[in-house]
Amino acid sequence: MNCTTIEAEERHVLTITVDNEAGILAKIAGLFTARGYNIDSLTVADITDNHDLSRITIVTHGPPSIIDQIRAQLERLVPVHKVVDLTEVGPYIERELALIKVVGTGNIRVEALRVADIFRAKVVDTTTSSFVFELTGSPDKIDTFVALMKELGLVEVGRTGVVGMVRGKEAA
Amino acid sequence: MNTERSGAEILVESLVAKGVEFVFGYPGGAVLPIYDALFGEERIRHILVRHEAGAAHAAEGYARATGKPGVVLVTSGPGATNAVTGIADAFMDSIPLVVITGQVPTALIGTDAFQEADTVGLTRHCTKHNYLVKDPADLAGIVDEAFHIATAGRPGPVVIDIPKDVQIGLAHWNGRPPQRRTRYAPQTTAASADIAQAVAMIAAAERPIFYTGGGIINAGPAASRALREFQKLTGAPVTSTLMGLGAFPAGDPAWLGMLGMHGTYEANMAMNKADLIIALGARFDDRVTGRLDAFAPNSAKIHVDIDRASINKTVHVDLPIVGDCAVVLEQMIEAWLETGHTAVDQVEWYAHIDGWRARQSLSYPSRGQEIMPQKAIERLYELTRDRDPVISTEVGQHQMWAAQHFHFTGPNKWLTSGGLGTMGYGLPAAIGAQAGCPDSLVIDIAGDASIQMNIQEMGTATQYRLPVKVFVLNNEWMGMVRQWQELTYESRYSNSYSDSLPDFVKLAEAYGWKGIRITTMDELDAGIQAMIDHPGPVFVDCLVVKEANCFPMIPSGAAHTDMILYGDEVAGTMDDTAKALV
Repeated sequence: MNCTTIEAEERHVLTITVDNEAGILAKIAGLFTARGYNIDSLTVADITDNHDLSRITIVTHGPPSIIDQIRAQLERLVPVHKVVDLTEVGPYIERELALIKVVGTGNIRVEALRVADIFRAKVVDTTTSSFVFELTGSPDKIDTFVALMKELGLVEVGRTGVVGMVRGKEAA
Repeated sequence: MNTERSGAEILVESLVAKGVEFVFGYPGGAVLPIYDALFGEERIRHILVRHEAGAAHAAEGYARATGKPGVVLVTSGPGATNAVTGIADAFMDSIPLVVITGQVPTALIGTDAFQEADTVGLTRHCTKHNYLVKDPADLAGIVDEAFHIATAGRPGPVVIDIPKDVQIGLAHWNGRPPQRRTRYAPQTTAASADIAQAVAMIAAAERPIFYTGGGIINAGPAASRALREFQKLTGAPVTSTLMGLGAFPAGDPAWLGMLGMHGTYEANMAMNKADLIIALGARFDDRVTGRLDAFAPNSAKIHVDIDRASINKTVHVDLPIVGDCAVVLEQMIEAWLETGHTAVDQVEWYAHIDGWRARQSLSYPSRGQEIMPQKAIERLYELTRDRDPVISTEVGQHQMWAAQHFHFTGPNKWLTSGGLGTMGYGLPAAIGAQAGCPDSLVIDIAGDASIQMNIQEMGTATQYRLPVKVFVLNNEWMGMVRQWQELTYESRYSNSYSDSLPDFVKLAEAYGWKGIRITTMDELDAGIQAMIDHPGPVFVDCLVVKEANCFPMIPSGAAHTDMILYGDEVAGTMDDTAKALV
C-alpha cells in the first residue's frame, strides 16, 4: 500500500519538550509550514525553574500517515527532547483559557451574566455596559460559550490554544 | 595551559582539536578576527575559493571523498547567503559540513547593519542544526557539539554564526575538549526481533532485490563491505540510487545498474516485479519511484534507515528498521548465519532479469565521426579505470550519462548533487576532493551550461596546484532542459540554447590550465590520454552530438514499466497533470 490511498483525517494533540533556545519556536512552526502540515493551535511556555526547557502543545489534523511523519520530523530536531502524541497514548485532559468581551445593557447584559454563570466563567473586568469573562475548559466548551455570546453583545475573543496532559499518575 | 584567549583563537584551537585539515573559505569584514587567527597557522590549510558557493561545494566534495566532515568559513551577509545553496545541497544529500559564518557585532544585530543577514533564520530549514554564538565562553562546546551533530546519525550541515565581538572577546581556555552535551544520540542498532524478521523475509523471498542509497556510502566503507557480504549470502540482485553508486561493484553479475527516471530497464523492471524490496539507506525519492500508486505494487518492503522520518514518508513499508546501515547489515549477516538460512533458488528470477537485460537499455546509436556523449563517457571510463578515479559531476544530461556509463567499484568515488540538483556543484566538489585525496585522479564530468555556474573556481585549482580535470560534454545546450522541451513542449526550445559560449580552451589557458578540444571520434582517446598525462589541471572541451537525448527515461508521472528507450517513438506533448510534475 502506498500513501496515495485516501485516509480519514484525525485530530491529534502533541506535546513537545524542547531546549528553551532562541529560534526553537520558529524552527517548529517553520517545519509545519515547510512540509504543509496543519497547526490548529500552538502554545508554548518554559516549564523548569532554570528556564532551560519549554513545553509546546500543538493541535494538528491530518491522515494517520502524516501524523506519524509529523512526529518523526519533530523527533529528529536536535533541540527536541520528547514528542508525545496525547491522542495515541491514552485518556488525556485538554484545557484552554479564553477571555471574552461582551458589550450591552439591560436584558442582554443580564442574560450574558446568567449564561456565564452556567459555564462557570469568571467576570474579570466590568464597566456599566460591558464584561470581560474568563473561561477555562475544553475547546468545545469555549466554542459553545462564544457562540452563545454572539447573540449577547460579543465584541472580542482571545484564546490561549490548548494545553494537554495524560490522565493518571504517570508522566507521559 | 590555562589562559584567556579570544573567541577567534578558541575557534581555531577547537577546529585543530577536531582534526580539521582544510577550511574552505572566503574572508570579509565580519570574519577578519578569525582570518587573523588563521594567519601563519600551519595546522590548518585554508583554501581560498573564488565564490562562497564554491566553498560549500568544495567542502561537500572533500567530505564525500574522504568520509570526514567538510569545514567552511565565510563572512556575514552575502558571504552567508552565497553559501546557502551549498548548505541546502548538503542537507538534501546528507553531507557532513560545519559552516562557520561571521556575523555583525551583537549590538548591531537586528539594525539592518552593513552586511547583516539573519543567517540563523535563513539556514534554519536547510541545516541539521544551527547556532548564534553569544559568548566566546560557549564556543568550544558549540564547535564540539556541531561536529558531533554533523557526523552522527544522518549526516548534514551545521551552521555556527559568530558575531564579530564574540570573535574578539576573551574567554577561559584550558586546551581540553569541553564536556560533551549528550542531547543528540541517534539510534544506530536495530532490535534483534526486527533483524530476525527481516532475515526470515529475505530467506523466504523468491524475487528479492536490494535497493541501496547514499546511506550506505555515509555509513562508511564497512557498510559497503557488509552489503557485498550479505548479497553473497542471499544471492539477491542489487540496484542503487544515484547517491549510492559505488557501494556495490558495477562488474558483479548481481548488479542491475541505477534505478529510477534514467535508470536501467532491468533495475526498474526488477523493482516492479520483485516480491521483496530491501531498501538500505535510500529514501524512495520521486526520481526513483515514478508514479507512486504504480511503484513496486506486489512487493513486501523492508526499509533500513538511520532517519526515522525517511521511513513511511512516501511509500508505506512492511518492516521499518531504524539504524546505521553498516551496523544493521552486520546484524543481518550474523542472524542469517546463526539461523543457518540458505538463499531460495533464484534461477527463475535471474532468468527474468536476463530477459530485461537483453533489451540493452543503455544502448545508443553510433554517429560516425561525431562523438555521442555516451561514447565519450565510455571511453573516459575505459582509459581511466585503472586509476580508480574520483568522479564529480554537475547536473543535467552529462550527470545521468556519467551515472549510466561510468562504472564504480568502490564507495567515495562518486560525487554528485542528487537531492537538490545543483548546477555548479562539480568543479568545486572536485577541488575539495582533490585537496583531500592528493594522489587521486579527480575528474569533473560537466556540461557546457553547468560548468559556467562556478567556473571561477578554476582560479582556486590553479592557486593550490590541484590537478583536477574538467571533462565537458559540450552540446551547446542546457541538454536536459532541451530534452524535456523536445519531449513535453513540442520542441519549443525556450531559452535553453547555450548562446555566446566562451572558447573554453582559451579560458582554461587564461587561468593557467591546459586546454584540450576534442571534436571527432579520431581525437577522442588521444585527447583523454593527454588529459590524464598532464600533471596539472586540464579542461577538456569535448564537442558531442548536439541533440542526443538521455535514455532510458521514465517520463513524469509514469510507472516503472513505461520506460522510453532509445529509438522509441516519443510524443511531443504531455497532459497537464504530467506537466505539473517536475
